[in-house]
Amino acid sequence: MPTDQPLIRIENVSKSFGAFQAVQDVSLTIQKGEIFALLGGSGCGKTTLLRMLAGFEDTTSGRIFIDGQDMQGVPPWERPVHMMFQSYALFPHMTVEANVGYGLKHEKLTAAQRQARVHEMLDLVQLTPFATRKPHQISGGQRQRVALGRALARSPKLLLLDEPLAALDKKLREHTQFELMSIQERTGVTFIVVTHDQEEAMTLADRIAVMDKGQVRQVGSPGEVYEFPNSRFVAGFIGSVTAFDAEVAALGDVVSLDVPALGTTVQARPVPDLTLGQKVTLAIRPEKLLLSRAPETGPNVIAGEVKDLAYFGKDSLYRVALPNGTLISVHAVNATRTDDKKADWYDKVWLRFDPASAIILTT
Amino acid sequence: MTRLASRLAHWFNRRGWSDLVIALPYVWLLFFFLIPFLIVLAMSFATRTPTAPPFGYGGENPWVNFAGYARLFQDNLYIRAFLTSLGNAFVAMVLCLLLGYPMALGLTRVDRGWRNILLMLVILPFWTSFLLRVYAWMGLMGSNSWFNNLLTAGWNWLVPQAWAVHSIPMMHSNFAVVLVMVYTYLPFMILPLYASLERLDPTLDEAAMDLGTRPFGVFWDVTLPQSIPGIIAGGMLVFIPAAGELVIPTLVGDASRPMIGRVISDEFSSARDWPMASSVAVALLVLMVVPMMVYSHYQARAERVKPK
Repeated sequence: MPTDQPLIRIENVSKSFGAFQAVQDVSLTIQKGEIFALLGGSGCGKTTLLRMLAGFEDTTSGRIFIDGQDMQGVPPWERPVHMMFQSYALFPHMTVEANVGYGLKHEKLTAAQRQARVHEMLDLVQLTPFATRKPHQISGGQRQRVALGRALARSPKLLLLDEPLAALDKKLREHTQFELMSIQERTGVTFIVVTHDQEEAMTLADRIAVMDKGQVRQVGSPGEVYEFPNSRFVAGFIGSVTAFDAEVAALGDVVSLDVPALGTTVQARPVPDLTLGQKVTLAIRPEKLLLSRAPETGPNVIAGEVKDLAYFGKDSLYRVALPNGTLISVHAVNATRTDDKKADWYDKVWLRFDPASAIILTT
Repeated sequence: MTRLASRLAHWFNRRGWSDLVIALPYVWLLFFFLIPFLIVLAMSFATRTPTAPPFGYGGENPWVNFAGYARLFQDNLYIRAFLTSLGNAFVAMVLCLLLGYPMALGLTRVDRGWRNILLMLVILPFWTSFLLRVYAWMGLMGSNSWFNNLLTAGWNWLVPQAWAVHSIPMMHSNFAVVLVMVYTYLPFMILPLYASLERLDPTLDEAAMDLGTRPFGVFWDVTLPQSIPGIIAGGMLVFIPAAGELVIPTLVGDASRPMIGRVISDEFSSARDWPMASSVAVALLVLMVVPMMVYSHYQARAERVKPK
């Protein structure tokens, strides 16, 4: 459980490979017991940051503190940090047991203590029946658990997980996600998860750092980065939005925005430092729109025509064409089994959203 | 007749090509290994005669004559030759491994461009005639060469006056044989080692370091155990030809302590005792093949355990 004492302090860390700036001036603090996700597309610098934490790369500038200790010049084998590699990197010539116990040979333990710890770890990751198998004799999901057990065996202060679920199929991924969370809760070890999958980051993490081009764009809880993105990049990267150019028409408790694409003025909850006439972006998430076939009036109502419709069972995704041709995505939950009022292809529909649901983005 | 032709055409269209391609190496081995080996085997059971060819069966000679094999154990020339051969080959193999392993490991760690150049350099000596290279070594090791003079000067400078020498007697010794064999067979050690080391996943090294192991320990725990197939392959590629080596011991070796290849050659040509020569050759083959078969048996079993 998160406490107030910061375990990791990353201070103005940059890393360049030749002329390429992989990580630019990143500062983060991570609390003890947190699951922290570094989220971003490929080449955003998240893996480089992880490798700097593990000690495989030096920082070009800036400092990293783990539990108050400056990690500058500390080699990987002396850091209280273990990593679960994306490829798992299990030793193919060792049994599951030997893999899990590998790090323990550097601890001053008796053979019996070591054996007990290995059994404890195998138990934790539910691999006791497979102890004497070699990595190529077990399944992908089991290999992942071996990697987890091996990384946790020496009780690291920090566990780094590089795309922990990427190599698993969808069913197994969901199951493993919850397993990872429960293991983290039981061991209390701080996790830093690198992922490109926003769903993975949202379900696993207590906090997420969204990265792009070597920089951290936003740090916050999954709810914060989803509902209150601070930039067009974050809004588009986490979940989906339909974005419109807009201009501030009136300030107040609710802000009025002129949105040329919608052909109307909409109302939205204000954000700090808005000025009259400022060009901003209005972003609306598909599930925040209410779709109805009955004509509606009032502010924040847009009329359109269903252009496309994807039925997923539990919900449906509509693409509604506005009068000027712009397409807007609408997510509707299929709450009842039969609904005569359900919109179909080429139906005329009205979309309504709450002022609080519209996101105003200034950058 | 037409039926046969059509069946033949049918076979050819269906799997004829692959069968032919697979058969090719077997046909090659049949003609150039199995049949000659059977001839040698048959000769080893013949009796020496003063005629041409100098062996025969029947008549006053027995059809099967074990005299050659018996002499292998009676005359200690053969036992000594076997021991010298196996000893020299073993030392050459170990030295090749000690020299070749760091080279092969280094090859996997340099960047692509350099790697190709260095690999080329490993193979480059093959572009020069093998005999020429052995003669070059003879020149270097000879008592009047600059190389020998240099070593002699170094030796005399290092040791007390009483041990000073005119030149270092390198030629015509087992040392010379091992030296030239190591030089000649080193690429056969480097290449299989490189092939097996190059396949290793570098993230395994990182994983070991991450779990608290220092770089030298990583080599011991991760790299070395995984390169054992390469070590065995390289070891066999050096040991087997080195044990039967004829040219190197003939040119630079100690004539009073011949290696087995020299013995076979002498029995065939100078002594004209073909049955004896064949017996030695068969014995050498058995000595080489049995450990290889044991190895490949276990190798095959290990492969079978691996699923997927």
